[in-house]
Amino acid sequence: MGAQMTMQTTPEHLEYVLRLGDAALIHGQRLSEWCGHAPVLEEDMAMANMALDLIGQARLLLTHAGKLEGQGRDEDALAFLRHEGQYRNPTLCEMPNTDFAHTIVKAFLLGSFNLLLWERLGGSGDAELAAIAAKSLKEARYHAEHTGDWVIRLGDGTEESHRRAQAALDVLWPYTNELFAPNATDDAVSAAGIGPAWAELAAEWEAAVLPVLKAATLTVPARTPFQSYGKFGRHSEYMGHLLAHMQHLPRSFPGATW
Amino acid sequence: MYTQALDIPGQQPKGKPDAVENAAYQAEFDARIDAGATIEAKDWMPEAYRKTLIRQISQHAHSEIVGMLPEGNWISRAPSLKRKAILLAKVQDEGGHGLYLYAAAETLGVSRDELTEALLSGKAKYSSIFNYPTLNWADVGVIGWLVDGAAIMNQIPLCKCSYGPYARAMVRVCKEESFHQRQGYDALLAMMGGTEAQREMVQDAVNRWWWPSLMMFGPHDADSPNSGQSMRWGIKRISNDDLRQKFVDATVPQAEVLGVTLPDPDLTWNEDRGHYDFGTIDWDEFWNVVNGHGQCNVDRLATRVKAWEDGAWVREAAIAHAEKQAAREKAAA
Amino acid sequence: MERKEWPLWEIFVRSKNGLDHKHCGSVHATDARMALQVARDVYTRRQEGVSIWAVKASDIVASDPDAKPELFDPAEDKIYRHPTFYKLPDEVDHM
Repeated sequence: MGAQMTMQTTPEHLEYVLRLGDAALIHGQRLSEWCGHAPVLEEDMAMANMALDLIGQARLLLTHAGKLEGQGRDEDALAFLRHEGQYRNPTLCEMPNTDFAHTIVKAFLLGSFNLLLWERLGGSGDAELAAIAAKSLKEARYHAEHTGDWVIRLGDGTEESHRRAQAALDVLWPYTNELFAPNATDDAVSAAGIGPAWAELAAEWEAAVLPVLKAATLTVPARTPFQSYGKFGRHSEYMGHLLAHMQHLPRSFPGATW
Repeated sequence: MYTQALDIPGQQPKGKPDAVENAAYQAEFDARIDAGATIEAKDWMPEAYRKTLIRQISQHAHSEIVGMLPEGNWISRAPSLKRKAILLAKVQDEGGHGLYLYAAAETLGVSRDELTEALLSGKAKYSSIFNYPTLNWADVGVIGWLVDGAAIMNQIPLCKCSYGPYARAMVRVCKEESFHQRQGYDALLAMMGGTEAQREMVQDAVNRWWWPSLMMFGPHDADSPNSGQSMRWGIKRISNDDLRQKFVDATVPQAEVLGVTLPDPDLTWNEDRGHYDFGTIDWDEFWNVVNGHGQCNVDRLATRVKAWEDGAWVREAAIAHAEKQAAREKAAA
Repeated sequence: MERKEWPLWEIFVRSKNGLDHKHCGSVHATDARMALQVARDVYTRRQEGVSIWAVKASDIVASDPDAKPELFDPAEDKIYRHPTFYKLPDEVDHM
């Protein structure tokens, strides 16, 4: 364990990788809920593909986090056996699939962000992380494109779809504040050349997202002081239910391998 | 995944034989079928052949789609990330298989929406196996091993069926299906090598799925009135009982390797026949489930209806946007 | 709102460079971008492709199966188009 570490692991470095892993895991878990229930068979396939990409990323990232931590925890120990407060995903990831518009808007906001993030992480001083980023970047490109197209279809579709897309954006937009909230972890990681402080990506992210929302004829909500704190371990009420579901088997049968 | 015998009595197509008005075409069609040639979408075909194919392919497609639900029930609860990814990929494949098959049915001049309507209104059947509940994680493995295993037995002969688009879809399906069976068996092996509680789960699942899996091959040949015509047309190649026997013979040694007991005291090797003998199938249960009285019939259909109805606004939005876009492009041109 | 079905697209996949695109099935999609995206999700989940063509099914012009005799039978007696028609001396027959 930990033997492969070439650089000294700081708590911030570990925290940052965990955040990336948890974001992929929880977002993937949510997307996978659509499997068998999507509006059209073709989209069922697309949702499952995105979920598979994200779960694949989560496996790599959590495995890497386990090595950085050096306490013998593998991807499953980290995915299934932590307490809610130890998950580091941004709150946006855990928001429920209220309807197809919520899922699409959320996946678009996150996908566009991930695209920028993986681009930067391709140059990470953490070689393992850089390799994961190179793989994930290709996947994020498709996610951002596919969901971006759908945001436009929904926003510029029918009266009902516009209303639903706008409602989803109104609910989810405030949670994007959290993505860019400055914090000590990011500062340390950025200074160490491991990855960007997420706040640095804000302007670029808006430049990518706003034209799509405009093409979708959606109104971008005004920024408010709303803050969520998932990446610091304080989640929404949705998170506990998601974890209760996801963790049920490994927690019920300690020591079992599957 | 798959099909049970898709020739449930009482669903015989009503189309009358076209032999009289189309004697020449009919003769040519018969000759091609007899010669083992492939019929393609635009070729002339008897109306009854077309209707039988639509019924069979769409039942098959519906089975794939409804079949996503029992296993889908466990995606959010899969016990490791590896198993979660495998299960999600597998259930997604079922969706893909449904899609290939709807596409094959559409070549016969019926739309996917019409077929979907038939499923949701309860007019069309799907495989009864999916009306059983998935109660523990081992069910996912057992479905892969037994249900997909039975399905593969049913499906491999269809890769050579007389209708080209169906045969080609089945080639694609069968290629992917063997992953399904192997991943199921692999998941069970892991559990059997685990704790006592895990082994109990596997045995419990096997106990519940064994008989329904045997029922997937459909009624005995003597009680399967449509089979003769389907055999003649080359859209069914091997009889229900022969396939069932083949499945039992293949499965018994697999159960031994796994270390589970198949719940049939009459299961014994018959040296004379060179096959395993097995007990009597409870056909009352089979017909009860086929006729809508299985534990999950109502839930499965309601789930599909909800997905379809909840998705209506999405499907409409995409069309509306495409139309607006086309109008804008036209105006700009 | 009246119910409309998404248009059907026929999908052709090139499995690797150097090979032709080959028909593999169809998908429903409301525009070309969507057709390509879902074709990728449906038909290339196992690295089956490096390139996809999507063609609106309604845009395909197909020959009439009833016209098979006049379209294809006339080629039957043009056997001199096939290399095997020509018997050459053994020493040069690999030509």
